This record gives sequence, structure tokens and C-alpha cells, in this order.
Amino acid sequence: MPVFTPPPLPSEDKRWKIVNGTMRKNGFARHALIETLHTVQSSFGFLDDESIRFVALSLRVPLSQAYGVATFYHYFTLKPPGKHTVTVCAGTACYIKGADKLIETAEKRLGIKQGQTTGDGNISLMVARCVGACSRAPVVLCDGEVVGEMSREQIVEQLERWAVE
Amino acid sequence: MTIEELEQIAKNVHQENAKYDYEVNVCMDLACASQGAGALKDALAKAAEASGKRVLVRRTGCMGPCSHGPLVRIDPEDTLYHHVNAGNADTIVKSLGAEPVAKLQCDLNEHFDKQVRVVLENAGYIDPEKIEDYIGRDGYKALLTVLTEMTPNGVVHRITESGLRGRGGGGYPTGLKWGTVAKAAGDQKYVVCNGDEGDPGAFMDRSVMEGDPHRVIEGMAIAGYAVGASKGYVYVRAEYPVAVSRLTTAIREARRQGLLGNNICNTPFNFDVEIRLGAGAFVCGEETALIASIEGKRGTPRPRPPYPAASGLWGKPTLINNVETYANIAPIVRHGGKWFFNMGSERSKGTKVFALTGKIANTGLVEVPMGIKLREIIEDIGGGVPGGHKFKAVQTGGPSGGCIPAEMLDVGVSYDALLKMGSIMGSGGMIVMDDTSCMVNVARFFIEFCMTESCGKCIPCRAGTAQMFTLLTRICNGTGTMDDLALLEDLCSTVKDTSLCGLGQTAPNPVLSTLKYFRNEYIEHILQKRCSAGVCNMERIKPEVPSEVVA
Repeated sequence: MPVFTPPPLPSEDKRWKIVNGTMRKNGFARHALIETLHTVQSSFGFLDDESIRFVALSLRVPLSQAYGVATFYHYFTLKPPGKHTVTVCAGTACYIKGADKLIETAEKRLGIKQGQTTGDGNISLMVARCVGACSRAPVVLCDGEVVGEMSREQIVEQLERWAVE
Repeated sequence: MTIEELEQIAKNVHQENAKYDYEVNVCMDLACASQGAGALKDALAKAAEASGKRVLVRRTGCMGPCSHGPLVRIDPEDTLYHHVNAGNADTIVKSLGAEPVAKLQCDLNEHFDKQVRVVLENAGYIDPEKIEDYIGRDGYKALLTVLTEMTPNGVVHRITESGLRGRGGGGYPTGLKWGTVAKAAGDQKYVVCNGDEGDPGAFMDRSVMEGDPHRVIEGMAIAGYAVGASKGYVYVRAEYPVAVSRLTTAIREARRQGLLGNNICNTPFNFDVEIRLGAGAFVCGEETALIASIEGKRGTPRPRPPYPAASGLWGKPTLINNVETYANIAPIVRHGGKWFFNMGSERSKGTKVFALTGKIANTGLVEVPMGIKLREIIEDIGGGVPGGHKFKAVQTGGPSGGCIPAEMLDVGVSYDALLKMGSIMGSGGMIVMDDTSCMVNVARFFIEFCMTESCGKCIPCRAGTAQMFTLLTRICNGTGTMDDLALLEDLCSTVKDTSLCGLGQTAPNPVLSTLKYFRNEYIEHILQKRCSAGVCNMERIKPEVPSEVVA
């Protein structure tokens, strides 16, 4: 069997080295696909064609399988996130305490639907399945930081703070 | 690492702790941390240093009553303070050795008195990133005892004797599962821990992984010895970054101490654990889907048999248990199977951790003996429904479970009793709803969840849940008819009976249970176009089925 040489990094960007590091740590094994896509997303913020191709080629996984995995799991996003991200938790406890109203309020204020980013690329509105902070429902993540017992006024306030930055 | 060395570490920890007159334990779990527990701990440490008193300030995992956070417990007095902020630090440190601070004191005797802590025995007492703290509380003693004094068969026997059943929700007897994997032929076997807590509204596993990660690792290592596996995987949700980092630290520390790796305790037993990240797919809680995900593939289930016990990860015999199941192992080994068997009800032994949330005064984590009445959990431990509202239902088992009405609250909690009521034990989410919750809307919420989480492999689940969602949406917006209701019931049984995996088979449960106990609400929506809870806006919602789930 010929010795496998992984493809060259797509560019000089240092983040590719981090991605490559994850694959090397796993011996370029096929089962490292999800781990590697996690590294791509944490380094670049999202998965694009170039990164999926690079990972698929490096791990000798069919492109269809790599794309299939990238689109199957909710955690992976194929769109670049905005500068700020507001994530409304829509777990059961949050839903019972009015998370749907928070989503509605944010959608109205930003003029976008959940899962989208404002036209200026400033704010993304995401919905999470459950972040596990159910005792403080309804919960919203503002740029990853957990804010509990969120009210509609508070979420608008936060969005306005980001808008004027 | 030998037993003597382990005991020496424990002794050193006790000596170290004895240097302090007071221990100030600060809960730093997600709920408390999101309310400033980090700054509070720093302020307490600073105040303690300035005071000249011998005070140990320690960060701990979840103490339980999250709605009272941030929480601080002073030992040895065992005084619990609630709603503490950094500004209280000086007052608290000053009060040490004198009268406790009355205005911060938290009276939750009733909340704690009815609880029995086995899985959560260390929660609030150890620093999750210090293996020494865990060892100081008898940690890894069970593993070393097993390795030096017991045969693998003996371990399986002890677990069987305990009557422990799977805590992920299914309730399969753990000893039986271990025995099957132990008997399976093959040199390479795997032990997998399911930490993909996908049930929205549940966070027990997160708290255990974050607050006491070594307990999970020890349970897995004992399982590895019992079934003959040398490799373990913990499958954790990527949405739990703290759990991932705590487990990473714990695995590193355990390797450093020789509690993972080759020739553990100078025996021929080798065992190591690796972390695998989930990526947000509820279906990966199903064991065959979870295995596919660890192998780096789309998490779709496959028909069983063969069961993972015969052919699992990479086709090898694989043992899969939930986080809480592994967390029960070390105490069972230490205290014996009979000790565990004597707790709980007739066919459900031991304790169960529940995440108590929703419209209830004391939200948080509780651990209760099996067989306790739902009413005791909700009224005595949970403090009842606040704000003068009336209790309507308690939801257990998440999207696979059901809503239990007020009339059934005097039933004792057990796998069989919950199943009989049309719900399931589930992983332990317990969401209380009051008169402001609409049961039809709740059913629609869960069906929407199952619809978007359906992996799409089998038609009953993929198409059935989408059709059920459309019907429920129609009922919620006032355009539903009695024929829709009949069709909905018909679909429930089709989806339940013909889906491939647990997700589809249990998806109709929220609808079936609400139809069973709250049928009048459905009828009211259809015939009177009215939602008495005031949740459904009769004109507002149009069925919006995402294009990708339409069959």
C-alpha cells in the first residue's frame, strides 16, 4: 500500500495548523472527522467549502460523507456568524417560561428570522436546544455568556447596546 | 498506584484540610456562575487572606437548589447562605467563629431532608479539578479494591445484586448488560459513556460531569475491568464546554496518578479513556446512533439486533451506559450490592437525580430515593408552584415522556409506575407546569422538537412527526377539526409502532399523555376556538414545516 501523504495546507493562515494538529493527533484516522470539524469551527467560526474539502481529503473521507456530517449535526454552521451572537435557549424549561416570546421579540427588533445574521453582519440570532441552565430559565447566551431570567426588555436592551457599538 | 499510596494521598488531604478552621465552599456550577459566583469566590479568598483567620475557600460543583444561587456553604458548621454576592464577602468572613449572617441564611431543611445523596454525595464538597479532593472522599478506592480483590465475574455479580437499572431512561438492568458484554467473545471491547444529554430541560449529567468527573471515570474503569475492555470513550455534548474541560483535566490527572493507563495498581489491567464530542443531535442518545457518531459518521441508528453488546463500536462488543449509571458504580462497590438493593421501591432500586425546573419555587438538582411520591418532590422538596398559580402537570422524560396530572401525584416514582402513567423515567428532567401552560401547545412543542431532531432514516418518524406537527399547529391556531384529532390519534399509534428507534417510538408520548389526561383542552381548542391558558393565539401560528423534513 502506498504511503499516504496528507494534502498541503490551503494557505499560510495559522489556523490551518491547528486543524492539521487535531488530525495528526488522531493519526489522520477517518473517525476523527467530527473532531476535526469541531476544530475548524472553533478556529474559523464556521465550515465553508474549502475547509470541508481540505478535511475530507486529509482524512480520505468521501466529500459526500464529510458534507453529510457537516449538515447533519446542528452544532455545525455553514454560514459565517455575525460579530455578536445572541442565542436563545428553547429547551422545555425555557419554553414554559416564555422563550418563544424572546425569540419573537429579537426577530422583530433585528428584522431577521432565527438562524440568520443581520445584513451588516453585526448580530446573529440563534436558537439552542438546551444549554443545561434550566434552573434559571429563560436563558439567553449573549456572545456565549449565560444570562438567566431574561425579560423581553432586557433582550432588546442588549441588542440595542450591540447595535450602537 | 497501590492502595497504600491511595490511602496516603487521602491522609495528606485530610491533614491539609485540618490546617484550616473553616471551609468556605462556593458553588460554581453554571447557574451560580452566571450570577457572579466567580467574582464572589475571589472576593471571599481576598477577605479570608486579609482576616488572618485560617480559612479554606473552595470552588465546588452544584449544591442543588440553583434558584437560591449563588450559594455558599460554611463548614464545619454546615451553614448555607443563599443569594450571596461579592459585596457580602467581608461580612461572611467576619462572621466565621461568631454568629452566622442571619440575612443570608437559607432555610431549606425540608428541601434537603427528603433527599438521599449517592450520585451527588460529593457535590458541593470537592473541587472538581482536584483529584486529591476526590481521593480524600474515598475516590478510586472502589477501583483499586476491585482490581486487587475481586474477579471480573464478582464485579458483574455485585452490580446485578444491587438491582441497578440504566439511568439514561430505558431502565435496562445494568448487571445483565455488563454480563452480556463480559461473555461476548473478542479480545477488543469498548466501554462507552453516554454524556449526550439531549433531553431539553435536563442537566443532571452535566452537573455530574462538571462537579464530580472522576466518579464517572472510576465507574467506567470498573466497568472496563468487569467486561474485559481496555478502552473507554466519553461522548459529551459540545454544548457543555465546561464538562469537556473538567473531564479532560480529570483524565489527565488520573493518568498522572496511574489510575488510568497500563498496569493499573500493578495488575495486568490496562484502561484508558478518551473524550468524543457530540455535535447537537438528539438522536445520538440512541446507542447505535451514538456509536455511528463516535466513528465519525452521521448519527443515524440501525436496527437491532445485533445489539452493541455483541457488535458495537467498530463491530466490537461494546458496553454503553449513561453518566448517572456509571456514577452509581463506585458507591455500590464500596458499600455492597445489598446496601443499594435496600434503597428504593420494589423493582426500581437506589436513588434518582432529577433536574427540577419550570414553575416551581426551588429549581435545581435533587436526588431522591426511588419510590418517593411525586407530590413530595414537588411540594416538599420543590416548595410548590409559586405566584399563587395552580399546579397543572409535571412533565418527565423530555420529548419521549409525558405530562402527569395533579390526580396522579401520589404515585411513587419508579420506572414501571411512570410507564403505566403514560410517561417514562427518562434521564431525569422534571418540568413543572401551572395553569398558564397550555397542554396542546406543550405537545406541539415536543413534536416540533422530534420533527427537527428526526434523523430522517425511517419514514414513520420523518414524515409522521411532520404530519403530527401540522395537525397540532392547526388545533393550536383554531383551525383544527375533530377529524384532525382522530387522524392525530391514528398517527400516534402508527409512529409509535413502526419507527426504527427509540426517538420515533416514543415521540407520540407527549401527545398521547396529554390526550389521556387533558383531552378537554384539545376539545376546547377545536370546538370553542379558545385556549384557557391564554397561550395559543388562535390566529397567529401558521404551520411552518421546514422544507427539508417534508417527506
